[in-house]
Amino acid sequence: MTIDRNTATDDRPIAVNVTNLHKHYGQLEVLKGVSLCARKGDVVSMIGSSGSGKSTFLRCINFLEMPSGGSIAVAGEQVKLEQKRGQTKPVDRRQLERVRTRLGMVFQGFNLWQHMTVLENLIEAPVHVLGVGKAEATERAEALLNRVGLYNKRGQYPAFLSGGQQQRVAIARALCMEPEVMLFDEPTSALDPELVSEVLKVIRSLAEEGRTMILVTHEMKFAREVSSHVIYLYKGVVEEEGNPQQVFGSPSSERCRQFVSAKGSAERV
Amino acid sequence: MFLDGYGSLMLGGTWTTIKLGLLSMAVALIIGLIGASAKLSRSRPLRAIATAYTTLIRSVPDLVLMLLLFYSLQILLNRLTDWMSVEQIDIDPFAAGIATLSFIYGAYFTETFRAAFLAVPRGQMEAAVAHGMGAWLAFRRILFPQMMRFALPGIANNWQVLIKATALVSIIGLNDLLQATQDAGKASMQFFYFSVICAFIYLAITTISNGALILMERRYSIGFRRG
Amino acid sequence: MIDIVHEYWRAYLFTDGYSITGAAMTLWLLIVSLSIGFVLAVPLAVARASDNPCLRGPVWLYTYVFRGVPLYVQLLIIYSGIYNLEFVRSSELLGPFFREGINCAILAFALCTCAYTTEIFAGAIRSIPHGQVEAARACGMSAFTLYRRIVIPQALRLALPVYSNEVVLMLHATTLAFTVTVPDILKVARDVNSATYASFEAFSIAAVIYAVIAFTLISLFRVAERRLLAFTRA
Repeated sequence: MTIDRNTATDDRPIAVNVTNLHKHYGQLEVLKGVSLCARKGDVVSMIGSSGSGKSTFLRCINFLEMPSGGSIAVAGEQVKLEQKRGQTKPVDRRQLERVRTRLGMVFQGFNLWQHMTVLENLIEAPVHVLGVGKAEATERAEALLNRVGLYNKRGQYPAFLSGGQQQRVAIARALCMEPEVMLFDEPTSALDPELVSEVLKVIRSLAEEGRTMILVTHEMKFAREVSSHVIYLYKGVVEEEGNPQQVFGSPSSERCRQFVSAKGSAERV
Repeated sequence: MFLDGYGSLMLGGTWTTIKLGLLSMAVALIIGLIGASAKLSRSRPLRAIATAYTTLIRSVPDLVLMLLLFYSLQILLNRLTDWMSVEQIDIDPFAAGIATLSFIYGAYFTETFRAAFLAVPRGQMEAAVAHGMGAWLAFRRILFPQMMRFALPGIANNWQVLIKATALVSIIGLNDLLQATQDAGKASMQFFYFSVICAFIYLAITTISNGALILMERRYSIGFRRG
Repeated sequence: MIDIVHEYWRAYLFTDGYSITGAAMTLWLLIVSLSIGFVLAVPLAVARASDNPCLRGPVWLYTYVFRGVPLYVQLLIIYSGIYNLEFVRSSELLGPFFREGINCAILAFALCTCAYTTEIFAGAIRSIPHGQVEAARACGMSAFTLYRRIVIPQALRLALPVYSNEVVLMLHATTLAFTVTVPDILKVARDVNSATYASFEAFSIAAVIYAVIAFTLISLFRVAERRLLAFTRA
């Protein structure tokens, strides 16, 4: 049994709508028609074993990987793509860049700009991409740093921070663009176990304030607690999806059941 | 004075050497950036041209290239002026020096920059793109400053080699530091004395550049842990 | 082009009919100066890498000066500078030595490459893990045996890639020999140029010969690296 979330009763605006996304590298098909619809305030978690295509899917949403087929619309704006010599290319680079500013991306490896301080990392894109005034951007950035508990590190360079601190800065950097949707690509996978919780705490607080988020993660317990919708991906296909109780508690797919229970017991250890 | 009245001659020569070095360096840096972009580009012909260029420079001695370019360009120019029946134009040794030195060292800078661009982690550009930066903005604000940190030791090394290579330009007739000291030596019959002074001036130039480099490295290694 | 090659190929490669010229002369200059430089550089590198400032200091000064001054200037100091000193010219031993351009060229090249090689080897010695030195000491090796059996053989192998670069740069540097009348490849090219006014052809032939020598050297070093550096591959 699946619940249709796009019922007429749900009148929240659609934040991200991905339909029938395909991605292949040469002969290798990584995504075989994956769809996702996130309304404002939704927290969608993508789970699945490595190689299932979940990270590729997320990276396609902001076009770090060019999808081979399908369509992606952010806040109702569909990014126009064209096929040129077997490669997918955006019709209008400007449009693509504009759409990207509405999507805040948090990477597995943080990717903080090494030659800039924490504060400079936060205000870089708002000032140079969005054209926000420096004073305003700084004010916004300092408030965000306060929120992730790193205000006192604002003059520090990334290399001198712990992994958990770097990831919290990276989240603040993405938020500083005031994006409509946050994308998280395995935000805790590169962290030492003792640093995971400080990052999850920040993400949880974002979920609680009603931010729209799409999250690729291996943290099953966390996904179960914060998500409004969970997608289990297997070899580039959506194998199971629904609300967390359904996917974690009574999945209809046997594979999903095995995956969830194996992961769950691993986490308890 | 201990320079026997040849002080102004040698000062002029030193200034010519420094000017030649700095201008050649500036042009070579630009050639290097273009060459590195070509080597890293997706276009096969561009890559091939850049590779041919760096291979040529690394296998043929700089002095041979300098004489080859200097004399051949002069002959080409003579043919051109003959054909247009105007008076012969002699190539200015200073301009020829800049042209050949920057052509040669552009190849070394190409290799330096190529390696430095590759040393910047991929994620740095991904983050830039994900924050909506266009190609030029991301290059200017993220890639270039970080690349410079990796390129700096190579740039410094190339500069040290380049400033010494300027001495070769006296062979095609430039009145640089070396030529000035040789003239002074010839006039005073004190070749040894003036040649040693010449050596000391070059040593001073390299020592000062070393100091400047350490300052620059400090500036560009900001945000990187040492050791 | 073909006429020039036909008329001058002997001069470009080995002789002008009277003396050794061209590539043969260039290779002779290269091999002799590299050999002298190498032999001197090994003990100097050990001194340069030592902890004792009295050993390290003077060697540092030597390499600093000889690497900081253009080789052309060094060559002129030796060739026209030293020979112009009165006591050298009148000396029976030194006078004839410094009168010959080829002696001066080899001396200058050897001193210069020795300075660079010393730094290359010293860097390699420093890069050898300290644990190996400790292990050798623990076996009861004397300092001399330690260097002869453990440190130097490894350092020379590790330095090979950088040293191959130095050899090619030295090949480039030998072109300066023509300024002191040594008939190397470039001198032949200049003579051909003034005899025929075919500048492009004259210097292009020289460039090709240098490139062939450089590529041969590089591939020889590649083979040597594959054999001698096998131990660094896991």
